Amino acid sequence: MELKTTGIAGTLESSDVMVTLEPASSGISLNLESTVINQYGRQIKETVLATLARLGVKNAAVTVNDHGALDCTITARVECAYYRGCQCDADGPYPWGGEIA
Amino acid sequence: MIPRPKPEKFRLRRTMMFMNAQKPGLIKDAYVYGADSIMLDLEDAVAENQKDAARFSLYHALKTVDYGDTEVIVRINGLDTPHWREDVRVAVAGGADGIRIAKTESADDVKTVDAAVTEAEREFGAEEGRTLLMAAIESPKGVLNAYEICTASPRLFGIALSGGDYRKCMQVKPVPGGIEMLAARGQMLIAARAAGVQCFDTVFTDLDDEAGFRAEMQQNKDMGFDGKSLINPRQIRIVHEMLAPTQQEIAAADAIVAAYRENAAKGIGVFTINGKMIDIAFVPGAERVIALAKASGIYEGEL
Repeated sequence: MELKTTGIAGTLESSDVMVTLEPASSGISLNLESTVINQYGRQIKETVLATLARLGVKNAAVTVNDHGALDCTITARVECAYYRGCQCDADGPYPWGGEIA
Repeated sequence: MIPRPKPEKFRLRRTMMFMNAQKPGLIKDAYVYGADSIMLDLEDAVAENQKDAARFSLYHALKTVDYGDTEVIVRINGLDTPHWREDVRVAVAGGADGIRIAKTESADDVKTVDAAVTEAEREFGAEEGRTLLMAAIESPKGVLNAYEICTASPRLFGIALSGGDYRKCMQVKPVPGGIEMLAARGQMLIAARAAGVQCFDTVFTDLDDEAGFRAEMQQNKDMGFDGKSLINPRQIRIVHEMLAPTQQEIAAADAIVAAYRENAAKGIGVFTINGKMIDIAFVPGAERVIALAKASGIYEGEL
């Protein structure tokens, strides 16, 4: 599956993260803003990239605006943005335990 | 991933607190408040265009947050929406303890969800029959069909009254003393007890009215409800305190259980304590008092 359009998920609330995925042609570019960038910047980046790799995303312009989200929230928002960008049916079926793990 | 033990059908459920599954700030530490059960909500708390986001958030919370002894229930969307089937899939895939069915009106509603849960358990390799069900009753029709709802599935552990929608249907508003809900509460309790399942009262929404909340909770206790749905952590402690048995009740329960065990070992089924006849019929009630005392942290006996 490939990104067909811009997919956005999440909010700017505390403990949440807003993730935007845009279709791109040459690899993954990541633009990260976070209220905890000094402490957790590297970990957030790793989580985002690992999730994209698991989803098989090779080309995307990624924007992450984090307000102290846990890893599990970051993963959830990246996945949601991806499936929205792929224009999947919001009511699934989704591959729980497969691509989403 | 956090492996959860097989859900217990009949456990203590004094407090069942709603949590919006879409809000990461809420679900990540939902268990610290000490509610017996939390209900991660995919239904009313989640906006129509965020149903997908709430499921991703729910799935990863279920997989990564250690909820410990807190029971984790997922409230799915109504059967009249396009959302509920995927809600069932994600709840089962994530290993939730149970599913709360919204707007239940008939045994068929329960059976429909039961079948979808079984299908999901097979799909995701979960033990068949593991996932429990509870039914929220929100309409006059649901109240009238309470008994058939209670007996519709072996997964079903209880029914809960949902006051907002019910009051709307009945064209009434909350009244001190609860006369507007008396018939529904009574009918549901009778149905639940007849079927041998639990019964839970509706939420109390005026958070500033603690006296009103306590009055309603006292009525719940007097009527025999197992517990209450809650919307705010502040209400948990009050319910636990009010449902806690007195030391006198605990001592009496202790005496019954201990004497019953001692006599049963000797082959005696009926005996007296302080002149009162006791047989096996008194034991479940006494055990319930002891379980409540233990959960309330006030048990000092040896059982």
